[in-house]
Amino acid sequence: MATVTTTKAASEDKELLISGSEAVAESLTLADIDVVTAYPIRPYDTVMQAIAKKIANGQLVAEYIVAEGEHSQFEIVKHASTVGARVFCGSSGVGWMYAMECLVVTPPLRVPMVCLVGNRALDDPGAFGVEHNDALVVRDLGWMLCWIDTSQEALDTTLIAYRVAEDRRIFLPLAISADGAFLTHSQAITMVPPKEKVDRFLPRYDRGDLLLHPDNPITVAPQANEDWVIEIRRQNDEAMKRAVGVIEEAYADFRRIFGRGPENPWFEEYMADDAEVILIGMGTISLPIKVAIREMRAKGKKVGLIRLRWFRPFPFERLVKALSGAKAIGVIDRDYSFGSPFHSGVVANEIRASLYNADKRPPLLSFICGLGGREVTLEDVNKAVDMCDAAARSGKSDAKTHWLGVRE
Amino acid sequence: MAETTFGNATQVLEPFRGIKKVTLEEYFTSGHRTCQGCESALVMKLMVKAAGPRTIVLGSTGCMYVANTTYYTTPWVVPWMHTQLGSSGSAALGTAAGLKALMRKGKMKAEPINVIAFCGDGGGADMGLGAISATLTHKEYNSLILLYDNESYANTDIQLSGMTPYGAHTTFSPPGKVHRLIHKRWKKNVAGLMAAGHPECRYVATVCASYAVEMMNKVRRALTIGGPTFIHSLDPCPKGWDYDPMLSHELGELAIETGIFPLYEVEDGVVKYYGKTKAIVEGRPRKPVRDYLLKQGRFAHFTEEDLAYFQEKVDQQWEQWEIPGVVPFRKLDAAQAALNVK
Ligand SMILES: Cc1ncc(C[n+]2csc(CCOP(=O)(O)OP(=O)(O)O)c2C)c(N)n1
Ligand code: SF4
Ligand SMILES: [Mg+2]
Repeated sequence: MATVTTTKAASEDKELLISGSEAVAESLTLADIDVVTAYPIRPYDTVMQAIAKKIANGQLVAEYIVAEGEHSQFEIVKHASTVGARVFCGSSGVGWMYAMECLVVTPPLRVPMVCLVGNRALDDPGAFGVEHNDALVVRDLGWMLCWIDTSQEALDTTLIAYRVAEDRRIFLPLAISADGAFLTHSQAITMVPPKEKVDRFLPRYDRGDLLLHPDNPITVAPQANEDWVIEIRRQNDEAMKRAVGVIEEAYADFRRIFGRGPENPWFEEYMADDAEVILIGMGTISLPIKVAIREMRAKGKKVGLIRLRWFRPFPFERLVKALSGAKAIGVIDRDYSFGSPFHSGVVANEIRASLYNADKRPPLLSFICGLGGREVTLEDVNKAVDMCDAAARSGKSDAKTHWLGVRE
Repeated sequence: MAETTFGNATQVLEPFRGIKKVTLEEYFTSGHRTCQGCESALVMKLMVKAAGPRTIVLGSTGCMYVANTTYYTTPWVVPWMHTQLGSSGSAALGTAAGLKALMRKGKMKAEPINVIAFCGDGGGADMGLGAISATLTHKEYNSLILLYDNESYANTDIQLSGMTPYGAHTTFSPPGKVHRLIHKRWKKNVAGLMAAGHPECRYVATVCASYAVEMMNKVRRALTIGGPTFIHSLDPCPKGWDYDPMLSHELGELAIETGIFPLYEVEDGVVKYYGKTKAIVEGRPRKPVRDYLLKQGRFAHFTEEDLAYFQEKVDQQWEQWEIPGVVPFRKLDAAQAALNVK
């Protein structure tokens, strides 16, 4: 069953009808960010519009800089963070790609930048709709990556993101992905906690001995070459490993202080306990899947969903445990990875790899669906489940990747 | 958090009145590995000497990073950080904005800290032009962007940039049997571009380390006036220009005396020539450009025709430009004369 608890719906919380982007802006205000940089691209830019209003109205005091391109947008906050400022940035689609060089350097610099990626298909051809390839492009580079599904999750995850990224054991950048339009622009009732609680949850950003300041005259990122680069990569790797424990700690504290939030930070399990077929996806794709599951359950079919929240670090051990009881797994990617094993999407192959050492490897089917923001329909989901059923019966994986809802 | 009033205070850095008055402390010391005779390394040393200890320096990729700042042998005494090749503008802006946010919100002790971002000609005048331009419009953040111009992408083995002089031999513009000159673009006028295009940037200057005290004083002016500022330094580079390292100082002087590189500052919109450039503006004859060009291997393939073309272009900048050496709009009479010829 869904593990989101609504116990102790804290009475001090304000209820607001806001979009995912606006919910992020609420958190940024509560987190008292210091420097924020904007550049227009849909759909993420709605968060910057919301921040601009907060600044104009004096609700947030921060340096608000409209940059001349995403490369600068990310470089400006990177440098602001090294002198001790809490920073926020974001982008979508090709904008995120334009910043690529800067995205590469933030993890080894140990800059705990928090970003919103409003997932968007990569041009060409022009498309505003959601695809996850933009955020996924940094998956190997030391960015922590998570996907959110609701405005409430947007608000809560933003606070958790600062807590995790700015933890001295981690100091890595973190990108929160929100499906373009489906979440960035859709409004829902969201509980906004009081600042006093946030202050209990989120300590001040303290860069410590890495602070760039005349009182701490360090040299940051000198030329290292083969003498040291591999050790620096190794340190990044260790930080990412430590992130697992730090994320669990942060969610536990969040639940203690705010009285809500999931017990399992890594993924949402929806009717997955006893499920014979488990579908896996990220982001707002959960909505049509959940509706389809409810219909199938009414007919006695044991289907469930695992909605992945965290992609980096990837919760492979917990996933293996959660999947081992299934008779078949169907991974629905809202992304592509041309030429990859089985020509699958990115998530499917991560899960295949996760299962490799497992004692029980249920048959796995890979689907690609909803690219470019195309709606994922109940029909698409039903089709996937039918194929998974067949695989459950035969006990065999299917080496093909199935594109759903596509003109052939 | 409540906003407190927070101004744009800068440090008080009086000009050095002569070489004997220059402070002895060094903030760029041993440890760097630049070529013998590297003028850009001297520029780094003078730049931070002028700025003093309460300074943060950001350096974009290039010789002054790769050859200058190696792990365990950093020459920087002041805090220093690398920035991406095209990011000197963003590095200055982000650092200044971070400091300002923390100080005005009471999260850091308030004090004026100099922020200097340097870039090469490739990083600054080609790749990073947009970011520098943006930074020069943010008048609420104090910073200096210093472009050290060795007239090539030197670190990657001397390739031509938008700042490489006409006709120069670089590894991307080798003279060949069919094409003597591969590089036929005239050098960007980057200081003039910055001064003319950014009306709220209060200070732009050109400098040459052959005139060290004046150079340091321009840095001090740029750091005290407030807001974003820009300095363009012409730096002879023995490797890229192909000359005996002992000639670095002399080539810097010749670049000025031939009128190829004018020394001036633009403060609050007023152009002021200085040093030997001032003398040229006041009528002292310029030395012929061949005196400068033929001392450098990168022009060894030049014919008389090439030398004449180069001379003519430099003459134009003095005789026909609205503001000689600074703004390339033609004077009305020069423009009419050109029309009449047609
Ligand atoms: C985005 C990017 N492209 C290319 C390079 C390769 N690169 C490193 S140093 C350098 C030369 C930079 O030239 P310039 O800014 O003039 O500095 P110089 O080396 O001459 O001191 C280049 C092209 C890089 N570091 N980053
Ligand atoms: S190549 Fe030129 S700029 Fe680079 S270190 Fe050598 S002399 Fe200096
Ligand atoms: Mg150069």
